[in-house]
Amino acid sequence: MRHLRPASVILWIACLLIAVAAVAPGLIAPADPLAVHPTDAFLPPSLSHPFGTDESGRDLFSRVVHGTGASVVIGVLATLIGVGLGAVLGLITGLGRPWLDAAGSRLIDAMLAFPTLLLALLLIAVRGPGVATVTVAVGLASAPGYARLLRSEVRRVSRSGHVTAARMLGHSPLRIICVHVLPGALGPLLAVATLGIGQAIIWASALGYLGLGTPPPAPEWGAMLNAGRTYIGTGWWMTLFPGLAIVAVGAVATLSGRRISARWAGRSGRSGRGRRVTGAVS
Amino acid sequence: MTRAVLIRLLGAVAALWLVATLGFAVLQLLPGDPAQAALGGPGSQASAAALAAAREQFGLDQPLPVQYVHYLGGLLRGDLGVSYAQKLPVTTVIAPLLGPTLTLAVLSLAAAWVLAVASALISTSPSRVGRAVASALEIVSSVLPGFWLAAVLVIVFATQLGWFPPVSGAGARSLVLPVASLAIPLAGYLAQTMREGMLTALDSPYALAARTRGETRWGLRVRHALRHGLVPGINLSGWSFGYLISGAVVVETVFARPGLGRALLGAVTARDVPLVLGVTLVSALGYVVVTLAADLLVRVVDRRAAA
Repeated sequence: MRHLRPASVILWIACLLIAVAAVAPGLIAPADPLAVHPTDAFLPPSLSHPFGTDESGRDLFSRVVHGTGASVVIGVLATLIGVGLGAVLGLITGLGRPWLDAAGSRLIDAMLAFPTLLLALLLIAVRGPGVATVTVAVGLASAPGYARLLRSEVRRVSRSGHVTAARMLGHSPLRIICVHVLPGALGPLLAVATLGIGQAIIWASALGYLGLGTPPPAPEWGAMLNAGRTYIGTGWWMTLFPGLAIVAVGAVATLSGRRISARWAGRSGRSGRGRRVTGAVS
Repeated sequence: MTRAVLIRLLGAVAALWLVATLGFAVLQLLPGDPAQAALGGPGSQASAAALAAAREQFGLDQPLPVQYVHYLGGLLRGDLGVSYAQKLPVTTVIAPLLGPTLTLAVLSLAAAWVLAVASALISTSPSRVGRAVASALEIVSSVLPGFWLAAVLVIVFATQLGWFPPVSGAGARSLVLPVASLAIPLAGYLAQTMREGMLTALDSPYALAARTRGETRWGLRVRHALRHGLVPGINLSGWSFGYLISGAVVVETVFARPGLGRALLGAVTARDVPLVLGVTLVSALGYVVVTLAADLLVRVVDRRAAA
């Protein structure tokens, strides 16, 4: 119980709320996010509509809550794609022969040279807009960051004594990688990937804001902000609340990532603090 | 020293070559016939003769390796191909847009560094309140989506208070809000890395030695620890550049500012792949150059790296 500080409790509650909003949004916001009430259009926030209503009179609170699932799924899937691809590249460069490392590292460098959003836009220009393209694009853009992190972690772990011992014992390379190297390298990857989910949600919502993601009627934060752009002079609530949701989820992901990395740094007996840099690696 | 710099230069050239090759791969991934796309997309009813002429004009009738060599040769001569939508060389389309976007990016970078240094100094300060406030601000600003921040700034400072124009015009006043919306999230990242470097320095024995020599708390931070904070910040320069270019796309859209980002978005909507690829390749070139410059700058700030 010694870790149960108020900050941890708040973080846990926030995680729980996001999970409930993503899985069962109806529990928090019973109103139908798609129900159109033309007479109730552009209502400012009030007791019956805490976040106000949009141009078709749909309840914004309900739309923001129901949008959680879409954003979280895009963020998690994009991160999984990024981590998966990054893991392949990271293992090849971290454990392969020197020439493989040199070639792979240059490839990672070249991929890092493409700015996140530009890589995504290039993919969308080629494949056309849509949620699937946005998810793959954001994942692909984050892959080189994970690859570089995993490469350095894998190299660090594989230099340690227990890996040499396992090699002396004649264990197969595959077993050494899976049993001895990967678990040691996983902690930092997990921490950075948690931060990465927040960043992926932000990038995906940016693409939604540009009108390249989820098509209009569905409640997705980026797309909602895109709709609010037209009424920025009159309906400030249409811009404020979906964005606050993105910031809240991003902050929860960042704080969780920090917590994981701090805990992992403590357990492995590393000196110094956990990695506090958010997103910059991804 | 010169040897290390030379190796670094060669690495940059290799990265650029790979970037160009990835770009060529993207062109090959294009669904459908590139000649058809060049003549106005699948909807156009280009005649067989026109298609054949387009193939010959763009060298599409050549085998792939020959096309690749032509493509690389073109890049070396500064030829990025022809925009489908505007029927102009990509370089002609991009050239006048570089200025406005680079102005925005450089001003934002400068503002972000000022904010980040201030925040890093405060967040490592001996005052508990200052530390708590600064680190909370860092987290919030690093998860602020630039486009949303831009929209909120427009609502508060343009529509409600009327201090700044909501869309970009001439004067310097119209630059304030776009620069702020790009600089604040970037400052959040930079401040976090800087603080990390500074805290490590402040924990080290030489910091204690400096204090016992009579260095003040702030003197220690400004004269000794800050240098350790600058290095990780500078190392993020390439990434910052990419971030600013990505951010320029949304910020230029929000403020209706002419520039590379807005042209890029238009090209994506029109599915003008050569123009999108051209802008992407130019940004990648910028990234490689900025990273190289940052590496050389680190050698100036951190003498140990130069040795």
